[in-house]
Amino acid sequence: MGKRASTAATRRRTLLAGAAAAGFLGLFTRGNALELQGMPAWDPLSGPPPDIVKPGPWQFFTAEEAVAVEALVDRLIPPDPHWAGGKDAGCAVFIDRQLAGPYGRSEGLYMRPPFDDTATDRGPQSPFTPAQRYRRSLAGLDKHCEGAYAGKSFAQIPDAEKDKLIGALQSGAVALEDSSGRGFFELLLQNTKEGFFADPAYGGNRDMVGWRMIGFPGARYDYRDWIERHNETYPRPPVAISGAPQWTPRQG
Amino acid sequence: MARKLPATDVVIVGLGWTGSILAHELTEAGLNVVAIERGPWRDTSSDFPVTHAQDELRYHIRHDLFLRPAQETLTFRHNARQTALPMRTWGTFMPPNGVGGGGVHWNAETWRFLESDFVLRSHLTERYGEKFLPEDMTIQDWGITFADLEPHYDKFEYLCGTSGYAGNLGGQKRQGGNPYEGPRSREYPTPPQKQPFGPTLWAKAAVESGFQPFPQPSGNLSQAYTNPLGVTLGPCTYCGYCEWFGCGNYSKASPQVTILPVLLRKENFKAQTLCTVQRINTDSTGKRATGVTYIDSNGEEWEQPADLVLLCAFQLFNVHLLLLSGIGTPYDPNTGQGVIGRNFSYQVTSSVDGFFEDKNFNPFISSGAIGMCIDDFNGDNFDHGPHGFVGGGYIGAVQTNGRPILSTRGPAGTPSWGAEWKKAVAQHYLSTYTTVTHGSSYSYRDVFLDLDPTYTDIFGRKLLRMTFDFHENELKMSQYITDRLADITQKMGPKVMEKHPRKGPYDVNVYQTTHTCGGAVMGDDPKTSAVNRYLQSWDVPNLFVFGATAFPQNAGYNPTDTVGALAFWGADAIRNQYLKNPGPLVHA
Repeated sequence: MGKRASTAATRRRTLLAGAAAAGFLGLFTRGNALELQGMPAWDPLSGPPPDIVKPGPWQFFTAEEAVAVEALVDRLIPPDPHWAGGKDAGCAVFIDRQLAGPYGRSEGLYMRPPFDDTATDRGPQSPFTPAQRYRRSLAGLDKHCEGAYAGKSFAQIPDAEKDKLIGALQSGAVALEDSSGRGFFELLLQNTKEGFFADPAYGGNRDMVGWRMIGFPGARYDYRDWIERHNETYPRPPVAISGAPQWTPRQG
Repeated sequence: MARKLPATDVVIVGLGWTGSILAHELTEAGLNVVAIERGPWRDTSSDFPVTHAQDELRYHIRHDLFLRPAQETLTFRHNARQTALPMRTWGTFMPPNGVGGGGVHWNAETWRFLESDFVLRSHLTERYGEKFLPEDMTIQDWGITFADLEPHYDKFEYLCGTSGYAGNLGGQKRQGGNPYEGPRSREYPTPPQKQPFGPTLWAKAAVESGFQPFPQPSGNLSQAYTNPLGVTLGPCTYCGYCEWFGCGNYSKASPQVTILPVLLRKENFKAQTLCTVQRINTDSTGKRATGVTYIDSNGEEWEQPADLVLLCAFQLFNVHLLLLSGIGTPYDPNTGQGVIGRNFSYQVTSSVDGFFEDKNFNPFISSGAIGMCIDDFNGDNFDHGPHGFVGGGYIGAVQTNGRPILSTRGPAGTPSWGAEWKKAVAQHYLSTYTTVTHGSSYSYRDVFLDLDPTYTDIFGRKLLRMTFDFHENELKMSQYITDRLADITQKMGPKVMEKHPRKGPYDVNVYQTTHTCGGAVMGDDPKTSAVNRYLQSWDVPNLFVFGATAFPQNAGYNPTDTVGALAFWGADAIRNQYLKNPGPLVHA
């Protein structure tokens, strides 16, 4: 097994295709063309685990945007006496980290023109990345609220008003400047649910709240002892990719 | 200018199921084989170990293992009056990428087609008359029979270790298996998987309704199994991460766990990864392939000369390469002439949701090919005379997972957000069970693949263009078999039941299946097929085209078993006929 690149100096580079193909490199965990002859050795970092989200400052949102998104996700998934809402579940953190990463940049997607985003029946055709859509839509939401609620921001209006406005975005009754209110609602709702139910590694689903709420045991990988125990409640608590609280003994 | 590499006997485009099988079979025959794969090398321990394979966001939602649309995509339109637009992200299907291809992330439902499926037009015409078929339906016979293919189905299933129970063993019908299947030469390699609550309850309801349910044939193995190549698979743990995911347990049949460990050690085999084949080269007569040209991930262009070229890419991209290489006559829907791009077909799926009050299905305890099914409404297993449509599908309880981002929901009328939504998903997650149909998709004159006039890929090549919509026949079929499914599901005792027969128009945003078929179909007549019964190009006899690309229309089953069987069938023809006398194996 040898890397092709080792004799690259002797090869003629096709410039146009070269620039294009070099764009692949960022798309894959494993970087370069390989010639495989014989079984490749186990390569422990070639297919890396997820990049675990760390607490800390917002990576994509401005402070004002973050306040609005936290207020939005907390209405899409409101807190109740048993289970945290979107804000405490970390949905805004999840969205922030997603938008700061490859997802936010539409990495790997086909983004060549022409864009016909008036068509609604042939798949998404927006020229904008998710990061751009959030930025524009949150600015539009800000502007709308300022006008409609006497200078107040979305986070400052009463919950009932928030729900009314979200409903109006959903139905298309309220349009935002420079962006589709309904399109933003759909994107936000999808990302919020992702944040509520994805592995906590990504910053949402804090304390596995989404999983505990529905009874999903998470990243467990072996149910052979339970496959024929029909109509019984599965007894074990959820675990995540990075483990479970009960696996780590408390110090002291 | 491409730099020329030393010639090889065989070059294979794509190292998924068919590429691995062909490479193995032809290296066994002593040939030197080079496989060129667009995606990266992948293996179980590095790429999807049990420590993080179970990640719904990364693999399912963000498509980590799949082809990136930035690399290659296609454009779509419902009909020739529309302008096709690019699939900028994947929705309705998920083309694979990388070593192992779709074999890495399939559900492993391992069905054989019916005997009548291979002689579809003759069979239906004989039973119902030519006029019973819609005038623009272009279904045809395959040029081979089930009996031709049976030994090769057997080979593929024994490679995989498929878990199931034969319903027809050498012509003897057996209680507990599929009574409609064609005769098997021997029992499945391993017994059926165990069934969770949902399929068990549905099977009981099916028996009460007078049917003979049987376990779905599964490539997720019920027990450890060592295949004829000496490669051992482990038992499935019912983790519920099959489709979209690589299996960390070595228990889902894939090239990685059945064939690559043997193939890669052969001295007469090598593979190039992250190299994209640009075109198949032909000599000045256009009647002989001379090899392929590809571009590696540094952007360098290479020519790989070969005596034999095997197209083993995903169905859509086999057709794309044929069109880009100018091999065969492109199909023209106006005249009905030409074969490359003709008879594209898909799959027509539907479902019935049952919302229960007193049941706990533990939907996360599952496998991609678990389930109990009946085949009474598939193919021509029932009299279509009164119904005014042809085709059908298997129906059953095959819920494959309980992954929460996409499987949480409430009955119709549940709001999509807010306190009521939250309450509903918490209440219904464990107690909802979805049953499914897996229906046929027949071919039509106005459904086809060609090159897009506007959009190009990163290499500047024209994208493939798909023109597809569901036809009345398929929608009627889906309505009928969904109703039959609901009759049985109702007996499971749901409080609320919702039927979701497939409706038109075709929605590319919603995942249905990755069972795209046809476009360079096999057959007896070069006017209506691109390859002969041995998958050999009519135009360029040292070119063979594998995969679902060859299906003249799709049956009411998952295609992989038939794709694998056709790979062994074609390999056999190359080894035992073509190599002795290279040239056309069939004279038209």
